[in-house]
Amino acid sequence: MTDHTLDTLAGSPGTLPDRLDLGWRRWMRWEVLLLAVAIGIFLINSFASPYFLDPWNLSDATFNFTEKAIIALAMALLIIAGDIDLSVASIIALASVTMGAAAEAGVGTPGLVAVGLLTGLAAGAFNGFLITRFQLPSIVVTIGTMSLFRGICYIALGDGVYRNYPSSFAWFGQGYVWWVFSFELALFAVLAFLFGLLLHKTVFGRQIFAVGNNPVAALFSGVRVQKVRFSLFLLTGLASGIASILLTARVGSTRPSIALGWELEVVTMVVLGGVSIMGGSGTIVGVVIAAFVMGLVTFGFGLLNVPGIVMSIFVGLLLIGVIALPIGIRKLARRWQGVSGRAKR
Amino acid sequence: MQPLIRNREFLLALVVIALIALIGLRAPEFVTPGNLAQVFTDTSILMMLALGQMAVIMTRCIDLSVAANLALSGMVVAMVNAANPAIPMPVLLLLTLVVGGALGVVNGLLVWRVGIPSIVVTLGTLSIYRGTIFLLSGGAWINAHQMSPAFIGLPRVEFLGLPLLAWTAIVIVLLVAAAIAWTRLGRAFYAVGGNPTAAVYAGLDVGRTQFAAYVMSGLLAGLCGYLWVSRYAVAYVDIAGGFELDVIAACVIGGVSIAGGIGTVGGAVLGALFLGITKNALPVIGVSPFWQMAISGGVIIAAVIINARSGRRRGRLILREAQAQS
Repeated sequence: MTDHTLDTLAGSPGTLPDRLDLGWRRWMRWEVLLLAVAIGIFLINSFASPYFLDPWNLSDATFNFTEKAIIALAMALLIIAGDIDLSVASIIALASVTMGAAAEAGVGTPGLVAVGLLTGLAAGAFNGFLITRFQLPSIVVTIGTMSLFRGICYIALGDGVYRNYPSSFAWFGQGYVWWVFSFELALFAVLAFLFGLLLHKTVFGRQIFAVGNNPVAALFSGVRVQKVRFSLFLLTGLASGIASILLTARVGSTRPSIALGWELEVVTMVVLGGVSIMGGSGTIVGVVIAAFVMGLVTFGFGLLNVPGIVMSIFVGLLLIGVIALPIGIRKLARRWQGVSGRAKR
Repeated sequence: MQPLIRNREFLLALVVIALIALIGLRAPEFVTPGNLAQVFTDTSILMMLALGQMAVIMTRCIDLSVAANLALSGMVVAMVNAANPAIPMPVLLLLTLVVGGALGVVNGLLVWRVGIPSIVVTLGTLSIYRGTIFLLSGGAWINAHQMSPAFIGLPRVEFLGLPLLAWTAIVIVLLVAAAIAWTRLGRAFYAVGGNPTAAVYAGLDVGRTQFAAYVMSGLLAGLCGYLWVSRYAVAYVDIAGGFELDVIAACVIGGVSIAGGIGTVGGAVLGALFLGITKNALPVIGVSPFWQMAISGGVIIAAVIINARSGRRRGRLILREAQAQS
């Protein structure tokens, strides 16, 4: 987004085919590699800890990433379209606070779900409106709303806590649909399928790629660029609202600091899934596998008693390493091709 | 020369003065010279970090790792000081600059040599640096009684009525202002951010300029690391958590354009002062400090809208609109 070396400006020949071929070739490369990593981590985990392979343990493992992964699905579309939303974790907090306030006022479970979803939508609409109406860079606006939304939570709640949720509400975060499959996991599976269809099989999906690759060209081709971008912010807000319902129901209480710092993990998940941070390319399959990779790593470390902050080192290294790797390989390949390749340009 | 009334720094200075005056109406004790000096001292660290961030943002990058860099540098000097109080202060100051600078070099190399988008690099190094503090300290705190008196006392030494901390900020502001105005590198920040392609044709190395900006931001974060730890007399994993947002907010309020190439030292300093004054004034006028975060968020959004509107009037409309959509 902010990288403007001469290479990316000129659209180097090395990157062009990748960008045009959005389906098969990327899927053949990145996603397969990622799947191999996921299987590798799975095997290492099952050797490292005797408790890992228990189905209930594995089911527990899914809880710590499904909420983030649901936001990552929407964030993937947003990043493919060339934008970013750093306020997602604050939207979770805002939705959680409004739900908590509604629960204090005696609203029942269906009402709470509606409140959570509407808050997410409203926050997404606010982001989208500012960014598309005033033509502002999404990164600054969402850094602003990140602080604004969480600030509102602190004003409303201070150092207090909401915990008067009806007992039926807990099912969204703790209930099981069938055997070890939780509602969270089932919902994530359904949403992943829907987002996959939306991105890869619909006109709207093609428009997202078009906007991300070249917004001016997309505009001249009759794509309503601002409308597409606005809907994606709306979608990300909605996904954050859903995540907020799941998280609030799971932990059963709301503090203003809920989900602090999650935006980093969500963006990491998306980028790890092979979505280009510059926009224009990526797949839902990749994001889903990346979600599992991060979930497995976190859970494996947890079983080995590695503290959370050390895991964040790993997440940071993963984020940088995963992007540096293909860039490094491409650079090596170009050096290897040598002077003859340069002469052809 | 543009007329004074359309000069952004002049307008911002008016806003800051109006803000002080408004607070003075509610709480006259806030406007005493002693208290204003206190507010200035309290804002010193934010001001210095904003200058480093400004250089980075002007080259079309962003440094989200400043606060983590500050915390790590601060923890390193605090631990060294606690382990061996005999080490003289100049060595510790050098150490904090070296650590901060090295962390800036890591960011800069990843952006320049590896070519990873800056936001990804610094999101990553933000959590790596924070995690490293935990690895170093084992989660333990370094408290005031473990630090030597010289370590804690240095920023508090008074000179002409202001503590050394405030003087450091003043000297740094002047140095950076001179560097930006009169050195080759300073002008390169503008050129590279304003139009990278043209900068390359003019013989500037874009990546290297961005690297230099990161090193500068890292050095300032290192310096502020020591200053922060000695001012609050405590070092632990989470010091200055989320402070990077305040730093970016100061830049945005000060009119530094996130699209690169636009920004002034005066603007960044005023932006930092604006935030510092609101933060210090809230308790004085009887508003809960919990409002602070929402206010900075609102001000960032307002500032970026105002900046965008005043920036759009100038120049080639078609190109500008095309760029604005990307």
